[in-house]
Amino acid sequence: MPFGLLKYGLRKRYPAGPDLSWPSDLKSRYDVVVIGGGGHGLAIAYHLAKDWGIHDVCVLDKGYIGGGNTARNTTVIRSNYITPESVRFYKAAVDLFGTLSSELGFNLMYSQRGQLTLAHSDATIRTFRLRAEVGKFLGTRIEMVDRAQIHEIVPSLHMPEDARYPILGGLWHEDGGTARHDALAWGYAARAQEFGVEVHQRTEVTGIRIEKGRAAGVETSRGAIGAGQVVQAVAGMSSAVAKMAGIVLPIRTYPLQAMVTQPLKPFLDPLVSSAGLHVYVSQSARGELVIGGGSDPYELYSTRPTLEMKEGLAQHLLELFPFLANVQILRQWAGITDMTPDYSPIMGRSPLENYWLDAGWGTYGFKATPASGKYMAQAIATGAVPEIIAPFGLERFATMDLVNEMGATAASH
Amino acid sequence: MKVMRCPLNGERNISEFTCFGELTDPPAPDEASDAEWAAYLWNSNNTAGVVREWWCHLPTSYWFIAERNTVTDEILRTYPAAELFAKGDKA
Repeated sequence: MPFGLLKYGLRKRYPAGPDLSWPSDLKSRYDVVVIGGGGHGLAIAYHLAKDWGIHDVCVLDKGYIGGGNTARNTTVIRSNYITPESVRFYKAAVDLFGTLSSELGFNLMYSQRGQLTLAHSDATIRTFRLRAEVGKFLGTRIEMVDRAQIHEIVPSLHMPEDARYPILGGLWHEDGGTARHDALAWGYAARAQEFGVEVHQRTEVTGIRIEKGRAAGVETSRGAIGAGQVVQAVAGMSSAVAKMAGIVLPIRTYPLQAMVTQPLKPFLDPLVSSAGLHVYVSQSARGELVIGGGSDPYELYSTRPTLEMKEGLAQHLLELFPFLANVQILRQWAGITDMTPDYSPIMGRSPLENYWLDAGWGTYGFKATPASGKYMAQAIATGAVPEIIAPFGLERFATMDLVNEMGATAASH
Repeated sequence: MKVMRCPLNGERNISEFTCFGELTDPPAPDEASDAEWAAYLWNSNNTAGVVREWWCHLPTSYWFIAERNTVTDEILRTYPAAELFAKGDKA
């Protein structure tokens, strides 16, 4: 094996060629135009081509692929939600992640190491019980754990009984994990291109062409394109793009901040999360601690950081791991998240015919990428919204059929 | 810490304030359809740009209006609600 690697390194063909090729000109029409070259948009394009033989697809991005919120999340993958609709859907995504690296021929560094969520109050324990039972019923690996079991799972966790917010119990979700987020976008893009999908970067959509009450194409910074179907998958800018199609969405946009520490020796295998303390943490393959928490307090489209949010993250993390007090912060950033009233996404049809929504992904979009790609592609290709994503349609708000995931979502990634 | 100017209390840390969303006109209760009510309840303009919002200074429970830019995170102006609503006017 070492010699194989050496031989590979010394080969004339090394390094290998670029993963993606860049088409030069836009055609005047495509069967499907996908707005947004993040994980979701590229996954939809990939599945349209692979599963349904629709190759005349183009993906447009105003910047570069995976450069938006695909690369700004904290890469948590899990399915420990509370409603059966959500558990079923996110479980499908977790299942797809399991074989995605080999399917795409692209190393996603998918690492399934379990997620431990901590309860600091009786109310949280009660919702954990419900989440555990719903999850078990639907075939996910999830169980309640007591203090002794928590200590076994994460020995480094500081758990004094007289703390202000003592750890009372936990929810252990063995299916939880992480993956490399930019690789997800690149893997989908590379394979989609092999099927004939065109990926156009630095091509901004400036308007939606509507003819006879239907979406008929898009105006871009490089000219107009006709389209049989148009899909928007633009996390962070969902409201603005939908407005071009004359659609008002139940979305409010908030920044979500995160940060990464200097690399440390491996000490933390599972992902640890505490909604009560507004913090979650995982250790990356490089040894850095990836730390995230709650959203900013008011609506904003800016990715500027704030000292008080970073201080809050650090303060809460130190409640769980006081020995990290002298560790340095290496990087910090923010993403902008499209929050819906029920903390669930909006997938499916829109009021405008031939115009599809993949929006409202709030703080939970990355983990859903493979499933939303697969089932949104099925919906667009067949014209029938698959049962698994049907509960997430925009129309649920008018009929008050909300999929409430507030408790299982906020700051528990 | 970001500072916001409260029309009653002067400059205070922004952590003392809560935003209660954009000023909107509720639909007429007797005439609005179910769809209009649902849209009023759930939808948001979610403007990327200058918005006019209700804010509250929590320690004093003082409600006022703020105009701010949601792209640049600049607070442009804060003023008492009385400036917009004469006594007895509806929102």
